[in-house]
Amino acid sequence: MKTTNTALIATAFAAATAFIGATTAATAAEQEKCFGVAMAGKNDCAAGPGTTCAGTSKVDYQGNAWKLVDKGTCETMMLPKMENGEERMGSLEALERDLPMEG
Amino acid sequence: MSVTQTEFRRSVLDPEAPAPGGLSDGRGGAADRRFAVYRNNVTVSLTDAMESAFPTVAKLIGPESFRSLARLALRAHPPRSPLMMEFGADFPAFLEGFEPLAHLGYLPDVARLDHAMRLSYHAADADPLPAAVQSMPPDQLATARLQLAPACRILRSRWPLHGIWRFNHEDGAPQPQARPEDVLIARPGYDPAPHLLPPGGAAFLTAAASAPLGNAYEAALTETPDFDLTALLSLLIGTGAITALE
Amino acid sequence: MLDRTFPNDLPALPGVGYKPQHYTSIIADPAPVGWLEIHAENYMGQGGRPLAQLRHLAERFPISVHGVGLSIGGEGRLDADHLARLRHLCDWLNPASFSEHLAWSTHDGAFLNDLLPLPYTDATLARVCDHIDAVHEALGRRMLLENPSSYLAFDESTWSETDFLREIARRTGCGLLLDVNNVFVSAVNLGMDARAYIAEFPLDQVGEIHLGGHDEDHDDAGRPLLIDSHGREVADPVWALLDEVLTLSGPRPALIEWDNDVPDWPVLAAEAGRAADALARVPA
Repeated sequence: MKTTNTALIATAFAAATAFIGATTAATAAEQEKCFGVAMAGKNDCAAGPGTTCAGTSKVDYQGNAWKLVDKGTCETMMLPKMENGEERMGSLEALERDLPMEG
Repeated sequence: MSVTQTEFRRSVLDPEAPAPGGLSDGRGGAADRRFAVYRNNVTVSLTDAMESAFPTVAKLIGPESFRSLARLALRAHPPRSPLMMEFGADFPAFLEGFEPLAHLGYLPDVARLDHAMRLSYHAADADPLPAAVQSMPPDQLATARLQLAPACRILRSRWPLHGIWRFNHEDGAPQPQARPEDVLIARPGYDPAPHLLPPGGAAFLTAAASAPLGNAYEAALTETPDFDLTALLSLLIGTGAITALE
Repeated sequence: MLDRTFPNDLPALPGVGYKPQHYTSIIADPAPVGWLEIHAENYMGQGGRPLAQLRHLAERFPISVHGVGLSIGGEGRLDADHLARLRHLCDWLNPASFSEHLAWSTHDGAFLNDLLPLPYTDATLARVCDHIDAVHEALGRRMLLENPSSYLAFDESTWSETDFLREIARRTGCGLLLDVNNVFVSAVNLGMDARAYIAEFPLDQVGEIHLGGHDEDHDDAGRPLLIDSHGREVADPVWALLDEVLTLSGPRPALIEWDNDVPDWPVLAAEAGRAADALARVPA
């Protein structure tokens, strides 16, 4: 281990902890106070799918085709070419075709 | 005539297949529309699950396009466990091989980020670095080992992954920049959030998972000569990502 | 040693299927709800908000753990990993009740996320009983088995559903969960008489009642085909059927299930209020 690195790591820790002090993240026990639901539409979408024991009458099972039906944010998300010249962002093209099923 | 669950499963997942024989409406009549109820329940419930599991991918290509894509993905890769919170682990790889969306090369990494956010949400709780560790003798830091909270996830991408996430989830977020971005997911409390890692940060944290800080620092410098350890540590401490230093 | 005492520890009050968006309302004023039911599989993560909420709710309410993924009616063996997860959850939570479905959802490694039907034969009876024995052994507690909502019938079935359930309870010692909406849905869909079904049901084995809303569709012949959607209020004929059940069985814990298009708390609490009224009409 190089001595300079040891010193640099120590300096970085000192600098990173100096401004944080008592404002560091709360302990798990303190977090217990905020187990209510996060604001709707904010982070709690990270919960992901849940289970159900119900059926549905929202019919949507037909077809083995991928269809471009609507447009998403990739249409408005622009990006210049990356350093290697590769086009990094593309818009959705009007693709509509039958696809073989996998597996 | 007996109906096997192999047969039932095959017909449920294939909309072109006929309903299995040996089924009726209870009065000796046809059961086709009745079988379709199960086929519909399976497809719609799993499509809904995909939609809530991959909100960023769904925003990028639009909800209806996403649903027809999800139908294909779930038929190719049905869930392997009853834990719907884990469903979708195969989706990034499915997207890698999905030719019609190959021109949106960032989609698989975005799917990885959505999936990692969900695993972080359900990960074990942990207390962040106790204040006492801040007083570790400076000359021992280089040989110390860093432990991150179970909810932390590190994603490396050749796409501007953090910028793409912000563009889709934060009002008024700027356009993503043309650069590779690595992401740290941290969960102070119960809500995971993605953070942009400084260059070299992912190399440091990857190495630190199995080596002392001094070695991790060297690994980061090898990849990024002007690696900023202070910036990385400030991010880790500020998000409660560090749970032990010993 | 398996505790086969009966009934279980749920109070004969209305309960609701717990949804996280109702957390704050429930803590503030749960009336008339006396207990909560959770889906086991949503609480099998390692930590985070779901388990924190559940920990706090369990200090205040009796909790019923309702599994939706064990595939008790499956042709294959029960998933040992999943049984272990259920055991872990029940050991930690010590719930007032554990229940699962007369249905299958996993086959050949694929989980299909729906409660799929099975024929009622001697062979399937033996298999379901084996699986329930395995659950009793793994959990060390008595489970309740729920009657399904049916959309079709199997030509090969040789047992009526009520006889099938009675025989399972007799052989395994499990209790039963009577879903009154499922009875109504199945009766309409298969052309049976719901009242006759209730009259034949082993009500002395019922430890819990479920109530939920259904949607109406049509089959190939244009007849009504009801879908057990849990997406609206409980239908009036189902409330009427509940009155018949309670008259015969006496008061039982009665759950409102609302899983799709979940309403705000006051709407769900009002449904629980209707269940409370029905329970109040029955002599204990």
